[in-house]
Amino acid sequence: MAVERVHPLKEMLGVFNRELPPAARPATGFFTDTSLCIGCKACEVACRQWNQLSAPDPTWTGTSYDNTQLLGAETWRHVLFIEQIGRADGGGLQGDIQGRIAEAKSSGALPVTPPGTALPFFNTDRWLMMSDVCKHCHNAPCHEACPTGAIIRTEFDTVYVQQDICNGCGYCVVACPFGVISRDDQGDQMAHKCTLCYDRQKDGIEPACAKACPTDSIQFGEVEQLRAHARERLGLLHERGLSEARLYGEDESVLEGGLHSFFLLLDEPAAYNLPENPPRPSNNVVPASFWTVMAAMIFGLLSILFFKE
Amino acid sequence: MGSNMGEAHPVAFRNVVMAKELGAKVIHVDPHFSRTSALANLYVPTRAGSDIVFLGAIIHYLLENNAYFHDYVLNYTNVATLVREDYRDTEDLDGLFSGYDEETGTYADQSSWDYQRDENGQPLTDPTLQDPRCVFQIMRRHYARYTPEMVEQVCGVSREQWMQVVQTLVENSGRERTSAICYAVGWTQQSKGVQIIRAAGIMQLLLGNIGRPGGGILALRGHASIQGSTDVPTLYDLLSGYMPQPSALLSAQPHTQDHPNATTWGKNTDIQANIKSEQTLQEYIDAEGEKLGWWSNFPSYIRSLLQAWYGDAANEEDGNTSYRFLPKMIGDHSHLVTSYAMLDGQVKGYFLFGQNPAAGSTHSTMQRDALKQLDWMVVRDLYEIETAAFWHRGPVPHPNAVDPHTIKTEVFFLPASPTTEKDGSFTNTQRLLQWRDKAVDPPGDARSDLWFVYHLGKRLKDLYADSTEPRDRPIQALTWDYEREDLGGWRILDDPDTQLVLKEINGYYVKSPDQQDGKTYTLRDAPHVPGFTVLKSDGSTACGSWIYSGVYPEPGKNLARARNGEGYTFLGWGFAWPANRRILYNRASADPQGRPWSERKKYIWWDEEQKKWTGYDVPDFPANKAPDYRPQAGATGMDALSGTDPFIMKPDGKGWLFAPKGLKDGPLPTHYEAAESPVHNALYHTESNPAAKYFKDRADNRLAPIGDEHYPIVVTTYRLTEHHVSGPMSRWLPWLNALQPSLFAELSPELAAERGIKHGQWMIVSTPRGEIEARAMVTRRMRPLRLNGRVVHQIGLPFHWGFQGRVTGSITNDLTHMVLEPNVSIEEAKAFTCNVRPGRLP
Repeated sequence: MAVERVHPLKEMLGVFNRELPPAARPATGFFTDTSLCIGCKACEVACRQWNQLSAPDPTWTGTSYDNTQLLGAETWRHVLFIEQIGRADGGGLQGDIQGRIAEAKSSGALPVTPPGTALPFFNTDRWLMMSDVCKHCHNAPCHEACPTGAIIRTEFDTVYVQQDICNGCGYCVVACPFGVISRDDQGDQMAHKCTLCYDRQKDGIEPACAKACPTDSIQFGEVEQLRAHARERLGLLHERGLSEARLYGEDESVLEGGLHSFFLLLDEPAAYNLPENPPRPSNNVVPASFWTVMAAMIFGLLSILFFKE
Repeated sequence: MGSNMGEAHPVAFRNVVMAKELGAKVIHVDPHFSRTSALANLYVPTRAGSDIVFLGAIIHYLLENNAYFHDYVLNYTNVATLVREDYRDTEDLDGLFSGYDEETGTYADQSSWDYQRDENGQPLTDPTLQDPRCVFQIMRRHYARYTPEMVEQVCGVSREQWMQVVQTLVENSGRERTSAICYAVGWTQQSKGVQIIRAAGIMQLLLGNIGRPGGGILALRGHASIQGSTDVPTLYDLLSGYMPQPSALLSAQPHTQDHPNATTWGKNTDIQANIKSEQTLQEYIDAEGEKLGWWSNFPSYIRSLLQAWYGDAANEEDGNTSYRFLPKMIGDHSHLVTSYAMLDGQVKGYFLFGQNPAAGSTHSTMQRDALKQLDWMVVRDLYEIETAAFWHRGPVPHPNAVDPHTIKTEVFFLPASPTTEKDGSFTNTQRLLQWRDKAVDPPGDARSDLWFVYHLGKRLKDLYADSTEPRDRPIQALTWDYEREDLGGWRILDDPDTQLVLKEINGYYVKSPDQQDGKTYTLRDAPHVPGFTVLKSDGSTACGSWIYSGVYPEPGKNLARARNGEGYTFLGWGFAWPANRRILYNRASADPQGRPWSERKKYIWWDEEQKKWTGYDVPDFPANKAPDYRPQAGATGMDALSGTDPFIMKPDGKGWLFAPKGLKDGPLPTHYEAAESPVHNALYHTESNPAAKYFKDRADNRLAPIGDEHYPIVVTTYRLTEHHVSGPMSRWLPWLNALQPSLFAELSPELAAERGIKHGQWMIVSTPRGEIEARAMVTRRMRPLRLNGRVVHQIGLPFHWGFQGRVTGSITNDLTHMVLEPNVSIEEAKAFTCNVRPGRLP
């Protein structure tokens, strides 16, 4: 077989010939609807299996059914369990039911009522469950903090760590306001996090966690469609009396641009260990630089005054 | 109720979540607040073991408030049927029905439970429901004391919460709506489990929720294809298709608690039937078959089964020779009773396929002791599970305290293969057969269970090939040719042909359908039968399990493979037995005139123009029997059932509110306390199920007396999503172990404070059978109940741990006892008593 000979000049110029990046595709993300989560942790296992992440040491924590505790270099999906039992013992329903019993007794027969009047959409006693994951922020602090260019935005507008470029400096770890990205201190010393299954997306299949989720609590799709769906879903839950339901990261209020992986929560973000207003460290660059320069100038002036003699 | 569906069946629970999104109300009644409760619209905490009071009070409410579905109940159930004058209820006999025999602890004479009948044997009825002997009036008296007050007192459920459940059920039942009940081993694993399920059945019949879309009672099965294992059974008391295993002798007195009639199938326990022996095929058919209703086809099904199993030999003496080949029961040979026989040295050898009694069966200390009495044991599993290792390892905290020199049992541990390494079918809760293909060869010497059984059978046949002993004929005559012709490029070339096995189960013609050419066929070359309706009792057809017949109606058409998910009832997806029917008794989805009860719940109806039943499903009724058909006096078989009798497997075609036969512990569900309970029975002086099997003579089966202050806490056990049963498939997987690494006990803050137990620290749980240690999970999800002014605590225990695997822990089943439900010989692991204290085992 003839070997194609490359002209030496072309070979020399090859270093300047960079492969074109893949054409941009519609932005994809997750909509994690915690009102559908049954806490089965299939997402955690599917994620570890697909990405071949090692299991943490088995440690019983006693934090409800959560023995994973945190997202980390080897944990890219993590299911939280929040027990809220006995919040509203009694409640307004009891009186209603008492009235109906009285009515049933007085009429001697069961009153004909329209179906489904009695029960709330959720118990007042709640066991909240939520599958947490990288938020794939529109303005990702980790991306902004990365000094080597290892963290990039892919053609799906997801945030991706190129493992061969990462030098393990850890700037991204402190930059992430959600505590998502971590350095594998036991292993390769590099930063790791959810790739939004970049490899699967390349092949046109959904991420492993979304595929495994039995109740569609984790939904994968194009961000714009997911956002529309999320708003619709929120409206439905509000209609059903779930006034505490809210979206987190779906609009641009979070991190000045929103999150590509956002959530429907049934309580304050703080209940889920999510910051109400996650800070964007890069916003500190201008003021911090200004004050640094100012400080330098002041010290400079002072020292000039000081050593004037 | 009785199910932790969200955790134990998370994939099926998807459907519940979807239904809830569409407006269905999900109610969870359970002792502990689980992940299932978290998704429910209403969670009702209750006391483990009090289910029949909860359900009985609903039955009482429906009857007294005229809240039942009148037209459905009157036409489709035995509500109007008269019961014999000599029947006595538990209200008359303080917790016993008539016919109880103190000495044997059984209902030896159940004749008084029968109907009043005319000279043709037809039941007498009173459609006005006024006769004091009609089922309606008997039920009213039976449940008169099952009141909301009793629910508060016995279940610890406030009447307001209970009323919410009733209200929701009633609102969502009737012509326009239906409700479904899902249960699992939370009900079955009780000493009265069958009666709890019966109570739900009665409730569903009264609400008109049987045979209709969105209704029914769903038995959530605990393992993949465990439904299949009762259909083509691995059970000792059933042949395939729910035909009972014959007994060596049926006596008038079921003289022991181990009577062979321990069967889930309704059996004629009338004295007249009991004195019939089952020595010949005809005697067996007379004793077990029915003259009226669909079960009148029994002779065709048993004869076709013998034909499938014994080929030519089945033609000798009209099937009698091969009938004699079938082993006859001489007692209760269930798993647990067999363990006792083993302990007593009566069992020499043991094959275990996917079973882990040393950690997974009740009273596992006794189970491990029993294994020591064996000469040999074969364990086929994926890992060296507790049962395979019992001879050199023992329970934590001293797993190495076992001295192998003291154990004589020779253990053969053989590697098995999981589902991905073999092809075959699954049959799950909804009776749906779904085929799956082999993805990879099993590694090394690992082989499928089918491979193992097939080759064991071949070797046995070789071993006995030249024998002239009559006792060896069953093995010689057995048809056993499943050799695979298409080897399919696998490394393992001697796997049997699963399609041939399926063909035998489906059934085939032994003689040509028209029987003109006189040709006979064998399994390999025979034409398939299209369904069980063509099966014959003359030896011209063979069928391995009549209910599955039709799954493989012609070569190349394995319907279990079908994957068309379209339509309202998904008839093109898999094959649901019988006859690809998705809802049983679906004639009940139409009114007596054959019209749908409502447009919204339209399912099967009578097409007057075409003169046949039609609809969205395969009708569970003779296709051309008009709604106005009435049987002639003396008619037999299906002709004896009228056009308004949907329950065609019953001889009277009715849904049985009152069960005139078939149960070993009474015709109506009655509340008994669990064998161990902190409180006395509030309804009767009879404390717990009088017909249960207590093994009181066994020193190792110590029970805490009812109301024992030394064991005042109720325990219930359950599964977590993260592990599978005793852990033989999950505790070797680090990914799963990290999710649930340790046994824990769930208890309320009140109980923890009372006993000085701290969250996250260790605690000891003790029963008269043993002690285990667990981490304390102090949580509001467990709440103390107030019963009659007294506080009763409950704790919850998962049971996934043992001394093998990558994470270990105490064996929860070391706590449980051996009191068995009388009909199905299942243990009572869901409601027993214990005590707790802080600390670890020494």
